[in-house]
Amino acid sequence: MKVKVLILPKKGLLDPEGRAVREMLLDGGFQVKDVKVGKVVELEVEKDTDIKALVEKYLVNPLVEEYVIE
Amino acid sequence: MRFAVCVFPGSNCDYDTYYVIRDLLGQDVSFVNHNTKSLGGFDCVVIPGGFSFGDYLRAGVLASKTPLGNAIAEYAQGGGLVLGICNGFQVLTELHLLPGVLLRNENLTFLCRDVYLRVENNSLPFTRRFEKDEVIRLPIAHGEGRYYVPEEDLRLMEERGQIVLRYCDEYGNVNPQANPNGSLFNIAGVCNKEGNVFGLMPHPERACEDILGYRDGIILWHSLVA
Repeated sequence: MKVKVLILPKKGLLDPEGRAVREMLLDGGFQVKDVKVGKVVELEVEKDTDIKALVEKYLVNPLVEEYVIE
Repeated sequence: MRFAVCVFPGSNCDYDTYYVIRDLLGQDVSFVNHNTKSLGGFDCVVIPGGFSFGDYLRAGVLASKTPLGNAIAEYAQGGGLVLGICNGFQVLTELHLLPGVLLRNENLTFLCRDVYLRVENNSLPFTRRFEKDEVIRLPIAHGEGRYYVPEEDLRLMEERGQIVLRYCDEYGNVNPQANPNGSLFNIAGVCNKEGNVFGLMPHPERACEDILGYRDGIILWHSLVA
């Protein structure tokens, strides 16, 4: 089965990459309130894989990142 | 003393570190590669700077999951001395041997220049040849050096003396102007609770000879063999 993991910087944490993208969009005339830049990891795994363990142990640093599994 | 210098694919300060230990300190030193399973027999393990595994996913994370990463954790938990420089510092935070993380520099640029640092804790095996509050100059070269740790951990770290180096101006004032990368509390180097694991973003191995313009870095290495 295919699983997508969306990883984003935690709320309230300074995200300079997101800020830079937001400034670019503002310069381009788009009224953007907030931008966060993260990453997507797409996995193809067996059905009984413990995705949560996999993500929390290897893919995400819970101090500064949060994630959504799709 | 027997030193190990860890070599991951993408490490690039390994030879500088090896040279300083062998030629300037006159100590025994070996390279150990990322498949090494045990660090028994070494008196100090150094994780040098570079871009281990291309900084993929997060800087230092892939190195932390290798057999050598496990061996470093085991070695440190047994009380062995571990020094992580730049990418080595990132590896140590990913191994959870040091608190906090190192994030992308606040201004998003790669910084390659000299900084002044204040020695906040000179009671470690890595810093005992420095004076307390001594101001030293070392080079930095990193894109992800913004130290971050949650507020409650920071307070505990301060109480325990885990904040070892802070960015300052040449007179020793710690202020936002002297903070190159947006690190919390101007933090440039931290140690673990026990004081046997130390990570720092600046490069002491690049500041060991007069021909390079400074030699504050050699004091750190001399501390280890003192």
